[in-house]
Amino acid sequence: MRPSGAAQRLLYWFSVALGLVLAIVPLPDWLGPLRPDLALLMVIYWILTRPRIAGLGYAWLAGLFLDVLRGLTLGQHALGFVLVAFLAHRAQLRMRMFPILHQAGAVMVLLAVYHFVIFWTDGLTGHGYTGWNRWLPVLSGALLWPLIVAAGDTLTRRSR
Amino acid sequence: MVELTHDTRPIIGRGPPLGATFLTLAIAAIALMVADQRYDQLTRVRAWLSAAVYPVQVVVDLPFRAWDWVSGSFADRSRLRQENLELTARLRLSNLQLQRFAALEDENRRLRDMRENSAGVADRVLVASILNVDLDPFRHRVLLDKGAADGVFKGQAVLDADGIFGQVSQVHAKTAEVILISDAEHAIPVQSNRSGLRTIAVGTGDSKRLSLPFVTVEADLKQGDLLLSTGMGGVFPPGYPIAEVTQVVRDASTTFALVDARPTARLDRDREVLLVWFDAPAAVEPPPAAETAQPEVPPAAAAPAPTAMTAPAPGEGE
Repeated sequence: MRPSGAAQRLLYWFSVALGLVLAIVPLPDWLGPLRPDLALLMVIYWILTRPRIAGLGYAWLAGLFLDVLRGLTLGQHALGFVLVAFLAHRAQLRMRMFPILHQAGAVMVLLAVYHFVIFWTDGLTGHGYTGWNRWLPVLSGALLWPLIVAAGDTLTRRSR
Repeated sequence: MVELTHDTRPIIGRGPPLGATFLTLAIAAIALMVADQRYDQLTRVRAWLSAAVYPVQVVVDLPFRAWDWVSGSFADRSRLRQENLELTARLRLSNLQLQRFAALEDENRRLRDMRENSAGVADRVLVASILNVDLDPFRHRVLLDKGAADGVFKGQAVLDADGIFGQVSQVHAKTAEVILISDAEHAIPVQSNRSGLRTIAVGTGDSKRLSLPFVTVEADLKQGDLLLSTGMGGVFPPGYPIAEVTQVVRDASTTFALVDARPTARLDRDREVLLVWFDAPAAVEPPPAAETAQPEVPPAAAAPAPTAMTAPAPGEGE
């Protein structure tokens, strides 16, 4: 029994919005650089599980809102989000088959691409920060991936 | 994985093809970036968007504010009494100092009148609280709960009780973004309280350290010197403390000394700051081009001027 598209769409929007809110919740100083990109992980998760619902447009919009929330150059995260969403869409048939750890590795590659886009556009707009710890979210995001899959699957199974 | 057809998105067929959508959106994102960065065209769009996200920021801030309120209202009596006593003592001390400063201010004004130079004294201040919102762990920026509706403007100076805090970098309808003096992109003209030496303090990205990259080896600056704002560039009111020199390393083989300073403002612990309006000092001498404190000026751009500025200006040493 497949759940209604509208409910799923709502859940998708809501989860990404929650990720965006969590992106600006204050964390202690030592934890701040480790903050995983929850909104992006949500986008990837939904693209892998429900590619028809999770399109590129909403990913782009989510990125744009992240730019506004953080007061950055408009379009930076939008570009990163849409690029990752595109790559995930292209690879989703393969990535769905991967065992979970393998999948986490693939997600890590996607996150690295995303952070490279941000790093690169940061440099272009003259805000370059070159410390090694700006790459930490790639690692923390990949470590979080199995949890996200587990949580997302239990949440959506009820309606499956 | 049995029903591959059940969920796969038709790449050809319904809807626009994925590649085309991606290209369009990517180009839109790049166009946005260029428009925002190069041409400053998007102020109105940004205003709408930030108005849209304002509720989110308030909601994120709310639990912290509520906790403050709760812990404030349930603070026990003895602690309040203690605090009250301390504050009264501090107020008495401050009043005493103020009396002395009032006399000094009068004298200062008379002297400046003689030089036909109106002093840039802070006229009006507005207390703003810092919203508990993390913008970016690698940039020293904070969000204030006052915005264009309260008359905040871009480039406005922000102070705290102990010194200069930063300047407003973006104004939205109800919030304003402040770039701290410790941000790696911020530079501020400073003057040593003791020797009158003028130079530029650059943020390092560490909230406890500013760097003074343009101090020559023979310049008169030593550990413990208080650095004050000069009022050059018209952004900050003159005469407010900025930082205290913590170390000066002189290597005779180089042109510039290695100078670090610690900001006097409590950049990482403040909850409330002051937005300041003041009369920009009338320009007596044409200010050197490099002495603006705009965050957009990268340190490299300010580099050609420093040799001229590190020498104590004879006109300023009185």
